[in-house]
Amino acid sequence: MDIYAETILDHYRRPKGKMRLSQPSVSHAETNPACGDELTVDLVIHDGKIVDLGWDGTGCAISQAAMSMLSEEIMGKSEKDLEALAQKDIYAMLGVPIGPRRFKCALLCLHTVKNALRTKRGESKQSWTETVHITEDQ
Amino acid sequence: MDRIRQDIPILKETFDGNPLVYLDNAATTQKPRAVLDAMTRFYETDNANAHRGMHVLAERATIALEDSRRTVQTFLHAAHPEEIVFTKSCTESINLVARGLSQAWIDADAIILSILEHHSNIVPWLQVKEERGCDLLWIDIHDDGTLNMQGFEEVLRHGTVKLVAITAQSNVLGIRPPLKEMIQKAHAAGALVLVDAAQAMAHEKIDVTELDCDFLTFSGHKLYGPTGIGVLYGKRKLLETLPPLLGGGMMIGEVFTDRFTTADVPAKFEGGTQPLAEAVGLDAAIDWLTQFSWDDITKHESLLMKKAYDLLQKIPGLTILCPNPNPNPSPLLSFTIDGVHPHDLTEILGRKGICLRAGHHCTQPLHRRLGIPASTRLSVGIYNTTTELDLLAKELPEAVKRLQ
Repeated sequence: MDIYAETILDHYRRPKGKMRLSQPSVSHAETNPACGDELTVDLVIHDGKIVDLGWDGTGCAISQAAMSMLSEEIMGKSEKDLEALAQKDIYAMLGVPIGPRRFKCALLCLHTVKNALRTKRGESKQSWTETVHITEDQ
Repeated sequence: MDRIRQDIPILKETFDGNPLVYLDNAATTQKPRAVLDAMTRFYETDNANAHRGMHVLAERATIALEDSRRTVQTFLHAAHPEEIVFTKSCTESINLVARGLSQAWIDADAIILSILEHHSNIVPWLQVKEERGCDLLWIDIHDDGTLNMQGFEEVLRHGTVKLVAITAQSNVLGIRPPLKEMIQKAHAAGALVLVDAAQAMAHEKIDVTELDCDFLTFSGHKLYGPTGIGVLYGKRKLLETLPPLLGGGMMIGEVFTDRFTTADVPAKFEGGTQPLAEAVGLDAAIDWLTQFSWDDITKHESLLMKKAYDLLQKIPGLTILCPNPNPNPSPLLSFTIDGVHPHDLTEILGRKGICLRAGHHCTQPLHRRLGIPASTRLSVGIYNTTTELDLLAKELPEAVKRLQ
């Protein structure tokens, strides 16, 4: 299947949850320096659960569509659920083959959300090598 | 044209039945058969380490390296072969000058750069700023992309400018700064000039003696030659006092347990085994390119670029960055399209065999100055045709339609 599947392009053209929140529990921004993709995520967290989420960003169709899809996916989930979220879950969510040239575009959303949670807990950020596990099927 | 295209083996490649349309020549050029054959022949018949050993192969390898140096000297119109130093890349050449010159600089000294520069002509100077505390003074551009020469003269008056580092041709806008005028003004102000000729080298005659630049750098792979070889031209007197970047074999005069002396130029800068096959490849590339006259090359590439401007300007939502109204447009241009990210565009075109470059092209300060995160670049070489541009013009609107 093509990475520019209609589902992806639909999220790119009409992104879900793309707006900044006025009073988030935490805001965090990440970039993909190789491409210039940028994402900022606002999370509202109550009792360890994501009760609201907003985001803004610029970049390629893959990076923006992935954030749009992830914002729907994680609403209502617990911080613990998000901790368990991994690269394979993002690939499954996208449902299209992600090649070695585009994996950072696809995983920028995950990287941003993970580091938003770490920032909220006052921990140091995780590096790209922790977010990405390079395997042959990339 | 058919003959030129037949010289380049990779141009026969197809992608899902689509011919290769290679329009990314500013990133690297494709290689003529003559270059590939010369490198293979070197390994098959002449391979040994140059300037080491007395046997017959060592002699052949040494001659091959020094022949290449003389070919580069003639190509650049340099006064002496010792003014040609081999490095691994244009980047290494610039680093060699930055590291060497700055050893004698203090924090009151300044370096002038233009906002058009590639990261390879910015970061080495930022490193100098970090280490020595020197100031970096920037030349801005006008809205049409040309350098603000009044701004250049103002920063020159700073009084303690040691060096002006300037591109011969922007790798994003294609702008060619008025080098000769800038060099004269820099010299009058007591500053040296380094010209980054990486982008210009394959497209126009460069005469270092006429320009009177102090240093000039370029890489082999943008000149139809192999990767892994770069050139630093430097005036002999300056090279003689410049400290070496790499210590090691061949760059020495004498070595003791507590000290060493350096070899004469250019060996002083060529520590370690040199990229010999690559030097042979570069020699062959220059031979191949110089069978054509600069007039013919410029005429052909200008014709292609005029057509590229015409075709791209017809596409709705497409903006060419600082379009160049010059009758001899530079061999590259960059553009943005509303609502379409360059990575998506070039990925979709790439599947049709059309190769364009997307991103910030190692010029983040320039992209920030232009207020855009990324752009798409089209760059032609001697082997491109108007038929290829027609193919691009056909596929580009299809790709845009899909993404918008």
